[in-house]
Amino acid sequence: MLLKDEVGMLQRVPLFSGIEPAKLKLLAFTSDRVSYSAGQILFRQGDEGDAAYVILSGKADILVDSESGPIKVAELLPNSIVGEIAILCNSSRTATVRAASPVEALRIRKDHFLRLMKEFPEMTVEMVRVLADRLSHTTADLIDARSAK
Amino acid sequence: MEPSLARYIWTHTKKQQLWILVIVLLSMIPYFMSFDLPKLIVNGPIQGRGFEQPGATQPFMRLHYNLPFIGEVQFFPGFQLDRTTTLLALSLVFLLLVIINGLFKFYINTYKGRLGERMLRRIRFELVDRVLRFPPRYFKRVKSAEVATMVKDEVEPLGGFIGDAFLQPVLLGGQAVTAMLFIVVQNFWLGMIAAVIVLIQIVLIPRMRRRLIVLGRKRQLTARALSGRVGEIVDGIGAVHVHDTSNYERADIAARLGLIFKIRFDLYQWKFMVKFLNNFLAQITPFLFYMVGGYLVIRGRLDVGQLVAVIGAYKDLPGPMKELIDWDQDRQDVQVKYQQVVEQFTVEGLIAPRIGALTIDDPGPMTNPLSAIGLSMADDGGAMLLDRISLQVKPGETVALVSTSTGGAEALAEAFARLNWPESGRVASGADDLLELPEAVTGRRMSYASSDVFLFQASLRDNLLYGLKHAPLTSVTYDGAAADQHRWNIHEARRSGNPDLDIHSDWIDYASVGATGPHDLFEAVRQVLDAVLLSRDILDLGLRSSADLTRHTELAGRIVELRAALRTRLEHEGLSGLVVPFEPGAYNKEATIGQNLLFGAAAGPELADRALAANPYFASVLMQAGLDRMLYEMGMDIAKQAIELFADLPPDHQFFQQLAFMSAEEIPAYETLLQRLKNRPYETVSENDRAMIVTLSFAYIEPRHRFGLLSDELMNKIVAARNQFYEDLPPELQNAVERYDPAKYIAAATVMDNVLFGRLGSNHPDAPDRIRSIVYDILDELGLYAELLDVGLDFNVGAGGRRLTSGQRQKLDVARALLKRPDFLIFNRPLSALDQRVQEKVLQNVLEEARRDGRSPAIVWVVTNPAMAMMFDRVVVFDSGRLVEDGPHETLLAGSGIFKELLS
Repeated sequence: MLLKDEVGMLQRVPLFSGIEPAKLKLLAFTSDRVSYSAGQILFRQGDEGDAAYVILSGKADILVDSESGPIKVAELLPNSIVGEIAILCNSSRTATVRAASPVEALRIRKDHFLRLMKEFPEMTVEMVRVLADRLSHTTADLIDARSAK
Repeated sequence: MEPSLARYIWTHTKKQQLWILVIVLLSMIPYFMSFDLPKLIVNGPIQGRGFEQPGATQPFMRLHYNLPFIGEVQFFPGFQLDRTTTLLALSLVFLLLVIINGLFKFYINTYKGRLGERMLRRIRFELVDRVLRFPPRYFKRVKSAEVATMVKDEVEPLGGFIGDAFLQPVLLGGQAVTAMLFIVVQNFWLGMIAAVIVLIQIVLIPRMRRRLIVLGRKRQLTARALSGRVGEIVDGIGAVHVHDTSNYERADIAARLGLIFKIRFDLYQWKFMVKFLNNFLAQITPFLFYMVGGYLVIRGRLDVGQLVAVIGAYKDLPGPMKELIDWDQDRQDVQVKYQQVVEQFTVEGLIAPRIGALTIDDPGPMTNPLSAIGLSMADDGGAMLLDRISLQVKPGETVALVSTSTGGAEALAEAFARLNWPESGRVASGADDLLELPEAVTGRRMSYASSDVFLFQASLRDNLLYGLKHAPLTSVTYDGAAADQHRWNIHEARRSGNPDLDIHSDWIDYASVGATGPHDLFEAVRQVLDAVLLSRDILDLGLRSSADLTRHTELAGRIVELRAALRTRLEHEGLSGLVVPFEPGAYNKEATIGQNLLFGAAAGPELADRALAANPYFASVLMQAGLDRMLYEMGMDIAKQAIELFADLPPDHQFFQQLAFMSAEEIPAYETLLQRLKNRPYETVSENDRAMIVTLSFAYIEPRHRFGLLSDELMNKIVAARNQFYEDLPPELQNAVERYDPAKYIAAATVMDNVLFGRLGSNHPDAPDRIRSIVYDILDELGLYAELLDVGLDFNVGAGGRRLTSGQRQKLDVARALLKRPDFLIFNRPLSALDQRVQEKVLQNVLEEARRDGRSPAIVWVVTNPAMAMMFDRVVVFDSGRLVEDGPHETLLAGSGIFKELLS
């Protein structure tokens, strides 16, 4: 896959949809193309967060450790971004991500990612929107869980 | 040291000085004869005295003397020569005398040059020898750079002077007196004129020069202080930058340079003033000669020949006089320098020579207990660190010294290591004062490691084995020219009072490590390195450095096996995608285009990096393969895309790290280049511009940069060009590149690159770590682990070991202490740079390693954390310079003393 194809893929990621293609190309160029075979770990829960990943092709599982072993909490499909929380919060990884099929991804390093957010407010706004969206989902889930008790 | 320079020189060079004096006196004979000759020539054959009759002859070389009681005796009647032949003969004699005088001068100069150099060597050696024997406290007050300047620069002029010390006055004085006598003999009054002027010179000039000496001393001191400060800046460069004091340092240096300038300028002014006066006085004399002498000739009281001879002789008078006065100034100057240096090197309490005497035989173990008896230690300011403590460490005992922050345990360790001397009381081994034991015992049977590590700028191996180099143990046999050189070395060393120990001998004391020679030394080294957890670091260093193939032949010999093992292993683990191997007939996508073209490691500057595109032969190969144009167009494409991507970014943007083929600074240059070359036909582009553009494509890696520029056609052409390149490689480039050959070791590449023989796939972020651990496994399986460790040991640690981390330095110091298997191991917070967990691990390993094979050395360890004391037989607790608790760990733990308090 070439740079220009990656730019096409990145444009389909909601987070990056507002950014002009030239900048996306720069982002793609300065990111590392990484590939994983099925079962390989992208990162582990508890590791230090040093990069975010954009899944270009393949699927990956998000796993959270529990007493009874890892639980799959979500699935990542192409064009999704993962690992951005640990970067933003300077915290360790909150979950493990494992490739469920051969995965091609773009690895955006922490400092690059933060620099992008500084330079493109539209991306930051989009980011905030996605996070808020997730928060409201989580809140709804929490209410459901409480009321189900 | 001898305070008087003249006496120092006389003591060491009596015989030589006397010999050269004799030679100088001998040289006076032809010298005097050459004065008389011009008179003979002018008065005889030229003016015709004695040849008044045509055909008259005069005897030549007639030897006759008027002996007392016997009367005139003729030894040789001489040859009868006419006027012209006499002129010829006398002129030839003159020429002969010139040659003889020249030869004498040549011999004398060489002789005294050698004499001076020998003495200089002697002085320098003596100074360094004294540095080696200075008491410890001295080093707290001197700057190393100042000592170095004294040894190197300040005694330098002494060398030049020593040869002249006694010679010059005799030689020049002789010449001056000869010339003077000659003048007096020719004409008494003219002689008196010359004598008066000379007298004025002798009295006046040295007086004026006294100021020069004062200034010279100031110059020496300020220059020494300057080099001390420069040394400090270099050593403390970190502190300078951290505190933004570089301008303070600039001001300080500028002020010092200003002062030095002022002193030097004063010196010049005064010096040239004196010179002017001196020259003036010298020139006054001929003026008087012409006037008075001319008057006497006119009056007929002096003949012209005499006047010419007087003036001729006078030409030889100011020269020696001036040099004589110069010599006197040199003498005073050098005497001052010598005194200054000697004062600095005269120190109370110098260590006696017998303490450091060379001992080749094993001094035998230290079986007596080590004890401190009423020991008090003070710091340089006089504050008490230890107050009258008594303590005994029995052989084989392990003792933890636990200390509160003002405890003083470190001072005890330093006293045991003899790094500081007791204020009162003593440290003893059995009944002997420890300070009286020769270093041959304490330096071999005891060892010491602390947090303050000093490493020499040499390889890791040299630093590790440094503690074993006590004496030359083998005598090296030299052949042919080397043997002559060796004999000369010994002869000259003895002549200069230097020791003739052979630095090329094997100094390593293998027996003390439990080895028999270089071949099995390594096993012991490996064990101590494992114990201090340093092996892994050294292996990493080994992988990253290029091996010295003269030493590590096995690695090179088994490289094919290694590479094959790596492939098999990767396939076996399903990791083949991790490494893309180099294959002579295939394009390697993970390598740059340049690497694919060259397909070898550049071993010289001709084909390295950017020079590659500009190399004419390489360019011609590209042209033949039809690649020049393709790569140019590709380079243009890359330039366009890179500029499009990066042109708007500020130059310090971190994205530039990702841009391998251009730096941020080059972007504007490429921008204008692109503007200029756009739509320009390839043929009209200059060589330089082409190279600039083609260089870009050389750095291109398709899977990493993903511009989509690599086609199958291009790859095939590149592989073809590669073969073409090596087919006609011109001889001058033969050594500039090492071709990748699956069956050959590449000397210019790192060990890692050699084993990989390929490139790591760029899309596996954890590839480097995984590959490294696989490579270690394979090396271990093939028995090449030791070889790699040995490559790592070649690593140069840099000035003061600064290329290592402080943790690595401390580990190395502990390893060095362990290696010599002493009877007493003193550790003074040796691992303070490591975290607690690693410290404990190393401590445990060290205790095990020290006792391996049934050895049982005593170990005294000043611990950084009281919890570490658990691993020792005995715990001694210090507080405020006093020994407050002493006993087994359990007892102290059960008590309620300071130890218990420290632990909680």
